[in-house]
Amino acid sequence: MMTDLWHRSWPWYVTGPLVGLIAVSLLAIGSKQLGVSSNLRHLCAMLAPGKVSYFGYDWRREGLWNLVFILGVVVGGFVGGVLLANPHPVAITPAAVTSLAKLGIRDFSGLVPHELFTWHMLLTPRGLIMFVGGGFLIGFGTAYAGGCTSGHGITGLAGLQLASLVTVIAFFAAGAAASFVVLPLLVPR
Amino acid sequence: MSATSPHRERWLGAYLALGVLFGIVLTKGELVSWFRIEEALRFKGAYLYEVFASALAVAAPGFALLKRRGTVLPPKALGRGVRYAAGGAAFGLGWGIVGACPGPLFALVGAGVGVMAVTIVAALAGTWTYGYLRPRLPH
Repeated sequence: MMTDLWHRSWPWYVTGPLVGLIAVSLLAIGSKQLGVSSNLRHLCAMLAPGKVSYFGYDWRREGLWNLVFILGVVVGGFVGGVLLANPHPVAITPAAVTSLAKLGIRDFSGLVPHELFTWHMLLTPRGLIMFVGGGFLIGFGTAYAGGCTSGHGITGLAGLQLASLVTVIAFFAAGAAASFVVLPLLVPR
Repeated sequence: MSATSPHRERWLGAYLALGVLFGIVLTKGELVSWFRIEEALRFKGAYLYEVFASALAVAAPGFALLKRRGTVLPPKALGRGVRYAAGGAAFGLGWGIVGACPGPLFALVGAGVGVMAVTIVAALAGTWTYGYLRPRLPH
């Protein structure tokens, strides 16, 4: 059916090459490097630079293009996540379903677990650790490493940067540790 | 083009369009999916790894071609590598806990997952803290 064609999720061989194509397009159009976490720095430089030298630069010159890009990502998130929302549960492997069900996850529809990603959960100690503590670590770590899954994982690796390989190994290892060790303490049963 | 604005960005419309496309790819490709991220981090499925591998299979030759034609891709100095190992580890912890990295945080807000706006604010606080502590951190 037509609707199913537009609403179903994409396979890896569509998703991956498109991500690569976007990175190549940015570099080709204006020598821009795909990297989302730079925007966190630009937003700090825009909103609260203080007397911190790390934020004492011309964010319009360095980052306006990227802030416009990320505004587009929010719009794209609405298009892909609301207008073209997938009505079916996510097609993760049976092994993944079993593993996450053991954590206490029961609803596998949507983009995030509905029982977890709520305002009510945010106001619990576990929710605070998850959404505020986790977010803080994301912002601190990506700034420290100078990039995230896009800046190091795609742009850096595609540019054959050793520094990016070190970063990618570090964040996959720490991500696995967080998922196995920390997450079970945070998901309410 | 006005001569009084030498740093005027020329392709903002193109960056906006590519951003919209990236947001659609992130959502339809389920890279914003908490389930997909945790599936990968628990080594229970190959999807995320297949996405990364195929993205690099396109981007790496593309970058090499552009470099040959004169595009400059500034190298990242490895140095002692402390910032990459420690920063990557801190980010990875947050990534595993939230189940989303920076791009998906923004895409999820667009997709209507409102609490992710709070996580973005927390991420801004984290980046600001790094900027403040930077002179005292090992790199």
